[in-house]
Amino acid sequence: MQSTPLLHTVRDLVRNNARQYGMVIALAVIVVLFQILTGGLLLRPLNITNVIMQNSYVLILAVGMMLVIITGHIDLSVGSVVALTGAVSTVLMTSWGLPPLVVVPLALAMGGLIGAWQGFWIAYVRIPAFIVTLAGMLIFRGLTLVVLGGRSIGPLPPSVRMWASGFIPGFTEDGPHLLTLALGVAGSAILVWIQWRVRARNLHYGLPALSAGLTAAKSAATVVVVMLFAYMLADYNGIPIVGLLLLALIVGYSFMMKSTTAGRRIYAVGGSEKAARLSGVKTRRTTFWVFVNMGVLSALAGLVFTARLNAATPGAGEMFELDAIAAAFIGGASASGGVGTVIGAIVGALVMGVMNNGMSIIGLGVDWQQAIKGLVLLAAVAFDIYNKQRVGTGRAGGTAKKKGDGGGTLPPERAEPAKEDTAEAAAPGPPR
Amino acid sequence: MSDVLLRMRGITKEFPGVVALDNVDLRVERGEIHALMGENGAGKSTLMKVLSGVYPHGEYSGEILLDGEVCAFHGISDSERAGIAIIHQELALVPQLSVAENIYLGNERTRGPGLIDWGRTAAMARDVLGRVGLDEDPTAPVSTLSVGRQQLVEIAKALSKRVSLLILDEPTSALNEAESDNLLRLLLELKEQGITSILISHKLGEVTRVADSVTVLRDGRTIETLSTASGHVDEDRIIRGMVGRDLDERYPERSAEIGEVRFEVRDWTVDHPTQVGRRVVDGAGLEVRRGEIVGLAGLMGAGRTELAMSVFGRSYGRYVHGTVYKDGAPLRLHDVDDAISAGIAYVPEDRKELGLILEDDIRRNLTLAGLGRVSRRAVIDPAREAVAAEEMRTRMRVKSNGVYQTTGDLSGGNQQKVVLGKWLFAEPDLLILDEPTRGIDVGAKYEIYLIVQRLAAQGACVLLISSELPELLGMCDRIYAMCEGRITGEIPRERADQESLMKLMTMTKA
Repeated sequence: MQSTPLLHTVRDLVRNNARQYGMVIALAVIVVLFQILTGGLLLRPLNITNVIMQNSYVLILAVGMMLVIITGHIDLSVGSVVALTGAVSTVLMTSWGLPPLVVVPLALAMGGLIGAWQGFWIAYVRIPAFIVTLAGMLIFRGLTLVVLGGRSIGPLPPSVRMWASGFIPGFTEDGPHLLTLALGVAGSAILVWIQWRVRARNLHYGLPALSAGLTAAKSAATVVVVMLFAYMLADYNGIPIVGLLLLALIVGYSFMMKSTTAGRRIYAVGGSEKAARLSGVKTRRTTFWVFVNMGVLSALAGLVFTARLNAATPGAGEMFELDAIAAAFIGGASASGGVGTVIGAIVGALVMGVMNNGMSIIGLGVDWQQAIKGLVLLAAVAFDIYNKQRVGTGRAGGTAKKKGDGGGTLPPERAEPAKEDTAEAAAPGPPR
Repeated sequence: MSDVLLRMRGITKEFPGVVALDNVDLRVERGEIHALMGENGAGKSTLMKVLSGVYPHGEYSGEILLDGEVCAFHGISDSERAGIAIIHQELALVPQLSVAENIYLGNERTRGPGLIDWGRTAAMARDVLGRVGLDEDPTAPVSTLSVGRQQLVEIAKALSKRVSLLILDEPTSALNEAESDNLLRLLLELKEQGITSILISHKLGEVTRVADSVTVLRDGRTIETLSTASGHVDEDRIIRGMVGRDLDERYPERSAEIGEVRFEVRDWTVDHPTQVGRRVVDGAGLEVRRGEIVGLAGLMGAGRTELAMSVFGRSYGRYVHGTVYKDGAPLRLHDVDDAISAGIAYVPEDRKELGLILEDDIRRNLTLAGLGRVSRRAVIDPAREAVAAEEMRTRMRVKSNGVYQTTGDLSGGNQQKVVLGKWLFAEPDLLILDEPTRGIDVGAKYEIYLIVQRLAAQGACVLLISSELPELLGMCDRIYAMCEGRITGEIPRERADQESLMKLMTMTKA
């Protein structure tokens, strides 16, 4: 009798979190697979650093795209916005000679304006985002060609290149990077502190909390993972500057979506726009700002990409929108909105990034890479939907059971005979 | 007496937690117009869905005899083949397609497999349109027709399938007077041609005008069948049948302390959101006092929900004019946020669509309208939120495993308690409840009544919209009645009874 509820709890826990953990497990499987296929090349410190830097702009875009998809929309224009902001800032820095410290805020503001333009049509005129951003994709690609005159423009000032390809200082001539290791220690400490503080707070308010032993195990695991990662990076050149930027974005946006009223409202709009509106959420304004945010993040990705390439090119950012959308869906977003996490988008982008990198190392052609990535996207979403349906049937069973329980309040003549049958069938159970 | 076309015997249909039809009998003679009447939720539409196969054989108990033969319909196509056609309140036409295409949709006139014979389609469509008296180009898109004409196209579509029994579910609710007249005349003409009709309607006037017999349903049971030929069936007689239940449901004892007028709505006028010039709320005015529970009665389409939602931050329709006063001062209510700031809360009728975010848990739903109360500088305090949600869950007696359960998994009554809790959490001065007990069981109903009364006792104002007259009579201190967008009267509790209310609710413009 006692083991059954516990089993149920465990099963529910696994089921309800399959969406969340499923992709982390998938990422781990893919990493192990390519670690084997590449003969250990994948997880070498140099290559880990490469994976982060090669995918930095897609990771940035995936964060913004996740928010867009959570509100129930889509943005097809991000690749073109990457190209346009990159082109304009390159022209400002090279032809006009403006200092980077002036150009960066200008570029971000421009991204914001582009987002406001699209957000206006989507949120207030209520044109489907698919159409508005498809138009945006053409408009901003065209404007990029106009700005660049069809040529590539470069190189960029060295200080700018540093953002995309530089590393934080190490303080030692050779050997592992001390600052990186120090940051790793600091990061572990903060994470462990948060875990214990959450536990203490939950206990204080009488909410369910992990036992001290489990929390300690969780903390130990956290420290091991963070320090291993820090050591890998320290063994090569240390933490890339763009890695710090990414870290800040992930932490910041996770916090916003999880813990602020703005994040809660974004989820509500995506979950049910009508219900959100009748609860006092300014749904149009929320949608508008999500697109402004996407524009700013696209501009940021544009700066990072241009700096990494050391030139603005007319074809920059092509297909980035699809990578970002794929990352969001692999990372557990729902096409109908209301569901998804920032961490999910990051995991999704890393799944794509590791596959790209691994397949390149083993010398698979771009043709096959594309086909395989497409299949993975389809498989990920199919798994997600299968999983949801399974949870759905589990729920239906649960509800039926609840009704059975509630049936006790109904007059007895309304009880169905079938229920009595199951009661009789269940009764002899325990003695056996 | 001898020529019975349709017999439905002992029809019982249950939904989880609710018995919608309880041993219902219906007997329709060949060639008559048979009216089916009853309050909202009496089971009329459910009965017709059983008849037309929307609820397939096996999902209900009882038997259907058509022309003396037992029928077991597994879908609408089965019932159509047997000659039954149902025309729903919401028209099932594709607006972009032409009249002729709509008439033969799914039943196309063809020459060879898959090839549409346009000539025959147009010619036959014109014939069948002639039968319903509609002089319309068969190639015109349906969207260019008025609602009344679209209704006729629906009937033409039914006639094209050689229908013998035509069911019309509140066909005139969206029509103006001339269009309604036209439709009723058509029903009489079709009767001459030997077509039997079942007419579901709320309008007593039209029923007494065209129907040969009237079956009254109440609470999912057949109350009586009256024949207009045999006796004196006047409107009062039908009203008595519709509402004749005793007030046997229990309502909590009410001892109200009513104060000064807090909220006042004056000259409130709203148009339909898409149909230009269609007035939905017409110069409505009402007032609610401190600690008072005020009822709003009306039949479907009377404009009660529309009035409430438009007051709640213009959530419905096109605002024309009117003012809401709180403590004598006019309010600015341009969006829901304004309304919430002004202390107004609205618990919508459709809790799944409008009240809850079903995929979110109880906690998130409870705090959505009052996030400011669990956050500091826009950052939500998760523990404060969880504790506040748990407090509200306990107060509302929501049956669930904690506040992290998904609201989509809850039963209707518990979902309703969550929606109500969400609005109590916002601590409103005026709580508008739209059909708060629809589709929930007796026990949960009583708990909701208690919560509402306690809120009023604390000095809040309550406006209760309900289609169940006993509920209004049992709960309210004063009841307004609405019909066709206007407030047709106001009755204090002491003098209110079901007959007087029903009279006001059916008081159409003379």
